[in-house]
Amino acid sequence: MSTARGRRRSALAVAAVILLGAFGFLLYGGIDSNVVFFLTPQELLERGTAAYDVPVRLGGQVQPGSVKWDPEKLDLRFVVTDTGGEAVTVHSTGAPPQMFRDGMGVVVEGRYHRDGVFQSTGLMVKHSNEYRKPEHGDRPQEMYKSLTKGAGS
Amino acid sequence: MSHAVPLETESPPAAVGVTRPIEWLGLVALLALVGAQLLGVLTSPPDRDMGHLQKIMYVHVPAAWNSFIAFFVVAICSLLYLWKGQERHDLLAASAAEVGTVFTALTLALGSIWGRPTWGVWWTWDPRLTSTAVLLLIFVGYLALRSFVEDADRRAQWSAAVGLLGALNVPIVYMSVKWWRTLHQMQSSPSTVDPEYVVGLRANGIAVLLVLVYFIMKRYRAARVERLAEQLEERAALEGRDHA
Repeated sequence: MSTARGRRRSALAVAAVILLGAFGFLLYGGIDSNVVFFLTPQELLERGTAAYDVPVRLGGQVQPGSVKWDPEKLDLRFVVTDTGGEAVTVHSTGAPPQMFRDGMGVVVEGRYHRDGVFQSTGLMVKHSNEYRKPEHGDRPQEMYKSLTKGAGS
Repeated sequence: MSHAVPLETESPPAAVGVTRPIEWLGLVALLALVGAQLLGVLTSPPDRDMGHLQKIMYVHVPAAWNSFIAFFVVAICSLLYLWKGQERHDLLAASAAEVGTVFTALTLALGSIWGRPTWGVWWTWDPRLTSTAVLLLIFVGYLALRSFVEDADRRAQWSAAVGLLGALNVPIVYMSVKWWRTLHQMQSSPSTVDPEYVVGLRANGIAVLLVLVYFIMKRYRAARVERLAEQLEERAALEGRDHA
């Protein structure tokens, strides 16, 4: 009986050490607070020549009015901006996700080339945490269809 | 476990078979779920950006919330076991872990189905998605550990430690979208969600909570019976050895 109790006590001690250790790890910055899934245009441009030709994710907002879509060649060009006003031109091929449009958040995977164009190998749409009913006059189903049509499918 | 274990008299098989109140809870949970789904799907307008795809919210988010609740139960019961050493806390932790694991898998699957048409990808190694996958794997490991360890005391101690460690991952999953820059959006709140959607989401959160409680109670009953069978087997084996 005493051995069982002793074993339980040592297990409790081990669990306590693991728990406290993990909490300390979290609290005192063991986890890098700079874990980022993507770079903003500003962060990418700040890297200077080190930004060229390395695989990276670029995230920001699709600059309104910058989208140029060629449905025959499935060729897409647009500008990604951040709140600081920095902008990077992105070139992508293939139909974008259905929610892609002016002003939407995006994350682009690819490489930034020396000609100043970010060549995309994958395009993701980043949705905000907002859910809103359509404003008076909006017709979401048609908006949604027009998005798919815009993608040239 | 070197001597014959006296059987617990508080849970003979006959008493375990009487499950009427639990079945009533199951029926209520099922009706609540159907009602809440109908409420959510039928009363909310299509979202401005994603149209009716917004409806996936009513299953993805409640599954995620309730998996967190299940792992919270695992943490509390694991601590109680390590403190008091009572078998019922171990069995309840195991039951909550089983249901939490299923709900986490469901969260990932539904999120993936939601992500494909909205984000454009089924999966990406974003901090929220990755930490949720780690949470799932830890509890799959927890369940595997339980089935591998034959000694009941040791199984309970080891799984209490793993259960605590796994539950510690829950706040990381929750905070991942605040701490780090992710593709997954931050938590919504009533200020970012129109009331038409909030009602359905809350109703479904509560309905899935009832389902969670029902599942955990069912699994707990089953765990008691399994443990009883295990004890009978152990006793039979020991008696057989003594007679030989």
